[in-house]
Amino acid sequence: MPDQRLNFDVLVVGAGPAGIAAACIAAENRRTVAVVDNSPWLGGQIWRGIQTKTRGGTARHWLDRLQNSDVQIFSSATIFASPSANQLLAETPDGVLEFKWKKLVLATGARELFLPFPGWTLPGVMGPGGLHAMAKSGWPVAEKKVVIAGSGPLLLAVADGLKKEGARVSLVAEQANWSEVMRFGLSLLRHPRKLIQGVGIKSRIIGVPYHFGCWPVRANGSSQVESVTLTDGSRSWTVDCDYLACGFHLVPNLELPRLLGCAVSNGYVSVNEFQLTSVPDVFCAGEPTGIGGVDCALIEGQVAGWVAVEAPDYARKLFGLRADWHRFRASLHQAFALRPELRRLATPNTYVCRCEDVRLEDLSNCKSWRDTKLNTRCGMGSCQGRICGAAAEFLFGWKNDSVRPPLFPVRASSLAGKTDALPEITAEPNISSPT
Amino acid sequence: MPDRVTLFINGKPISVPVGSIVAAAVARSYPSCFHHSVHQETRSPLCGMGACFECCVTINGSPHRRSCLTLCEEGMEVLTGA
Repeated sequence: MPDQRLNFDVLVVGAGPAGIAAACIAAENRRTVAVVDNSPWLGGQIWRGIQTKTRGGTARHWLDRLQNSDVQIFSSATIFASPSANQLLAETPDGVLEFKWKKLVLATGARELFLPFPGWTLPGVMGPGGLHAMAKSGWPVAEKKVVIAGSGPLLLAVADGLKKEGARVSLVAEQANWSEVMRFGLSLLRHPRKLIQGVGIKSRIIGVPYHFGCWPVRANGSSQVESVTLTDGSRSWTVDCDYLACGFHLVPNLELPRLLGCAVSNGYVSVNEFQLTSVPDVFCAGEPTGIGGVDCALIEGQVAGWVAVEAPDYARKLFGLRADWHRFRASLHQAFALRPELRRLATPNTYVCRCEDVRLEDLSNCKSWRDTKLNTRCGMGSCQGRICGAAAEFLFGWKNDSVRPPLFPVRASSLAGKTDALPEITAEPNISSPT
Repeated sequence: MPDRVTLFINGKPISVPVGSIVAAAVARSYPSCFHHSVHQETRSPLCGMGACFECCVTINGSPHRRSCLTLCEEGMEVLTGA
């Protein structure tokens, strides 16, 4: 049995910008509201660390608005199952919480896309967003030599953030070509706020070379990363580093939407103009509906919030602004499309699945993601395919479209009290029944 | 409120600012081995946001906890290298 049963008019999963916006609107309209997040912080990855340091600005505005509202916040609570409709279970350090709701807003955010290349499992090879997020929580970066590689506008923001924390950022390697990124830069002219942010970041990191059409082929080192070999397609060179921060833009966190049966199309949760998913009373806002960044997420979260309190006319007032950000989202997607060379970085003995140490060569006879899980254990470890599944989708085009509870590895005691039939009661998920 | 906490990484005390994650304390003590992979390779955090499970350590006797999502607390006992 759960340790606590809770009931809310509006339940929001994810305390990033989209979730905070939806929660504030709902609470300000006299609904009982809860926000659940698996981290100890508010603000998601993008606003993490802002509470204590920053004054003014959009993040401060929304975080203050949340803290001045009656929203109940459940931090360090990981949702792992939905035993029946309108019911979610979350594991916390103190036990299991059961949530029921009238309206549910999924604002589960995104994670970085990691692609396997030789040496990517060496300690010190990390996601750019991950390294930056951890640096805000005490991870040592001062005086460290950092190479930032991969793709997306996040790379520049991370270079800026790490420099402020005292890191020595030696270069940023963007896999997209200059011409595509410039076209994206021009599209920012339609989004003056993004342009100002971009120019601000660019001017602060002057002195950090920004290479286009450049990507890592190998991380070198024995017990941890010592250097990275980069290429521009014609020549290769090696740069010393203490950290290689490498990520190939973002992929949405779709596990919970999928578990609840929300339709997904082209890799994102399908929503209508009111941010409603295919499941009644379940909304989705922010990155799971398309990687559009913080401003897009805030608008979508507000739309979901207004519709959840049955005030769709207020939501409609935001449609124009949202359409602008959706155009921004589309140009982002186009500018940072991944080059095909990235599918050939892994060598036969490179691990694709880090949890189970499954190598590329082990996958040579597999035809699908299901086949892979059944035959190699790739995707069957702790991350449940969150890292290797996204990589396999890019490498082989395999869709990873089925999920089953528990969504995260949880304590056996958390599962023991559950009322529905799980595949098996175990702390390691998905062992006997892959799909 | 004190502004630092002391915790123990493999028995060794380390003092970190309040608000630090366990992963940060481990990185300052035993940076290149949070845990071992199934082939006994040393691994440390990749994603930094709770998805990859490469940062897992034993915290106060509870195995396989994500150190990137756990705040340091006074007197916490952390074991790495599982």
